[in-house]
Amino acid sequence: MAAKLVAVNRRKFLKIAGAAALGLTGSPAVPLLAREPTWLPPVTAEPLTARRWAMVVDLRACLHEDGCRDCIAACHRAHNVPDFGNPKDEVKWIWKEHYGEAFADQAYDYVSAGFEHREVLVLCNHCDNPPCTRVCPTQATWKREDGVVMMDWHRCIGCRYCIAACPYGSRSFNWRDPRPAIAEITPQFPTRTRGVVEKCNFCEERLAVGLLPACVEACRNRGLAFGDLEDAGSEVRRILRTRYAIRRKPGLGTQPEVYYLV
Amino acid sequence: MFEKALSGDRRYWGWIIVLLAVIATGGRFYLRQLEYGLGITGLSRDVAWGFYIAQFTFLVGVAASAVMVLLPYYLHDFKAFARVTILGEFLAISAVTMCVMFILVDLGQPARAVNIMLYPSPRSILFWDLIVLNGYLLLNVVISRVSLAAERKGEAPPLWIKPVIVLSIPWAVSIHTVTAFIYSGLAARPFWLTAILAPRFLASAFSSGPSLLILLCLILRRLSNFDAGKEAVQKLAVIVTYAMLVNVFFVLMEFFTALYSDIPEHVEHFRYLYLGLEGHAELVPWMWASSALALLAVLLLVSRRLREQPAWLALACITVIVSIWIEKGLVMVVTGFVPSPLGKVTTYVPTVPELLISLAVYGCGALILTLLYKIALSVRGELRA
Amino acid sequence: MYDAGKIIPGLLIFFALITFPIWYGLATGQDAPAPKIEKPKDADRCIEDTAFMRKEHMQVVMDWRDEVVRDRQRVYVASDGRRFRKSLTGGCLGCHTDKSASCDRCHDYLSVRPYCWECHVVPQGDQ
Repeated sequence: MAAKLVAVNRRKFLKIAGAAALGLTGSPAVPLLAREPTWLPPVTAEPLTARRWAMVVDLRACLHEDGCRDCIAACHRAHNVPDFGNPKDEVKWIWKEHYGEAFADQAYDYVSAGFEHREVLVLCNHCDNPPCTRVCPTQATWKREDGVVMMDWHRCIGCRYCIAACPYGSRSFNWRDPRPAIAEITPQFPTRTRGVVEKCNFCEERLAVGLLPACVEACRNRGLAFGDLEDAGSEVRRILRTRYAIRRKPGLGTQPEVYYLV
Repeated sequence: MFEKALSGDRRYWGWIIVLLAVIATGGRFYLRQLEYGLGITGLSRDVAWGFYIAQFTFLVGVAASAVMVLLPYYLHDFKAFARVTILGEFLAISAVTMCVMFILVDLGQPARAVNIMLYPSPRSILFWDLIVLNGYLLLNVVISRVSLAAERKGEAPPLWIKPVIVLSIPWAVSIHTVTAFIYSGLAARPFWLTAILAPRFLASAFSSGPSLLILLCLILRRLSNFDAGKEAVQKLAVIVTYAMLVNVFFVLMEFFTALYSDIPEHVEHFRYLYLGLEGHAELVPWMWASSALALLAVLLLVSRRLREQPAWLALACITVIVSIWIEKGLVMVVTGFVPSPLGKVTTYVPTVPELLISLAVYGCGALILTLLYKIALSVRGELRA
Repeated sequence: MYDAGKIIPGLLIFFALITFPIWYGLATGQDAPAPKIEKPKDADRCIEDTAFMRKEHMQVVMDWRDEVVRDRQRVYVASDGRRFRKSLTGGCLGCHTDKSASCDRCHDYLSVRPYCWECHVVPQGDQ
């Protein structure tokens, strides 16, 4: 029932994915120009580009999937997000909230059956007018030209002003050393250290080598679409033309780029 | 002049040793915080700013209050403040130093603090806050040094210091206007998103700062033969009275807008403060105490008969400081985060390490103040001989 | 000078003690043991030559981190035209797989502790 939501032209995607997968699986039969660890993407891998990355979340994809954490697990595993097991130290890049909390300004008494406890996937919205990047005193977080709101963990001083400024609660702080709380470290991506803020980065390191975000790939019901909002032919534009979508707290003027199909 | 701080009686050195002990204790816990991370405090994912930033917010007000002494003396020739200006400037130095220290202990990566200067971000209010705070510190250091040196020589201070002093007056207003801007421009935090926040900061600063100055004058009169003079203390008391009246008025304005509009995201913060929210009522007794003390302070101050008696005046000043400290130094920052943007209510209680580190910073401020006041009083004592 | 009879000899003894490593090394002809790095076994060349890397590797790493994160320039073109992906864990440690036998040798000797490893993962053995 769920529409196939593939962001880029399928042939191009398969070509890139194939080349990247070869590099990633580390087949010894593939000679590299210099000796590199087999998981490093080949130098030739082409990035996915856009003028304005956006994501569409189909809330119906999570229906009847109680306990499904495919996208969350994929993201947190790929990015070494720690699991401390307590809400005080909690670090999360993507998670599920109830409808009444994710869309507090849209909640009402007799909301359609099943909506009240509907699980909504929430993450950084990579706003077009982000309040978090405005307040950062070192520009350790900034908005890239292609729309991704980036984090530079080398520069962050841990003042947490961006956390205060985010209207969606998307950001987490490393209150302690995260390494002991990471079950299995993925060496391809760094961990962070105590004292810096982190959040979803739209998998910019995967986009750079032609891969879609981990959550988009992981969803078993293809519930997430990802693409260039400025490309009239992209999947996200096609969806938004045919389906009505809402965003979180639109009245604040942040212009979030994560759209929700209810 | 600095050698004056190195000579003193047993009471003086006893006090210094107590302060050093407090600083050393908190310093040890700060080392622990550097090693473990800010998780050693009571802060959490939802309540990202707490006791440290709240102390910074309170002390910025104390720092700016020096202007309440400089303005009448230098711009309006109010001679009665002649002996008190140096105390106000030294209090400002101590307070601004504590402000910067509280920001530093709150940073997750304090060694990178210099990044703010290396990568200037003019759109960030924290950037401007650091500029105005350090500028104010520099101004007060220069002004107090030059004035005291001139006083010691029995001369008039050099002419160029006058425009510097005049500059420090709007600069003092700027330091907590900018600090208020840290909070009042955030769409994410409706509790802080109010135009009256900066005026409230000013009003509470001009209440708490001069109150502290009055108390310091009364203490100094006990401990030494320094006498600020009845007129100076009374004028400061009148300033505190009017400032406190304005402060209470501004708070009532906040109540009206939030409660009459009945917009949930504004109302729920006040509900959390005065009634508790979802079973969380940790701040309720504190908030009621702060409000009650504010009203008590107004009653004590408005009565001229009481104001003119040192004991009642001291009590009034203490209630002013405690009331404003609870509001700025405990409640205001945390309540911006409760409930969270997703409607969650999280308890925040400062931990023992957090409190001891804060106490150490206060100890540093008290040490600076002690040393500076000792210098000033010794210089004055010389002249009298 | 007061107490010159005590101060001048005292100063001389102090200087003698503090310069001990220098003149003792000269006198006995012994050199301080230099750190010995183990080169990677099956890699032929680094991205640049040894002299350059010894002098500039820190700057290279610092430049890379800003270029990758902030400028999106992920490919390094060496002076001889070879192209590499900029990566500490994947690139440098891809060849220098045993950090303790290579990087740590000099770093420990000089008591230098780069904090890169607080975040960047040290791969276990050969991946």
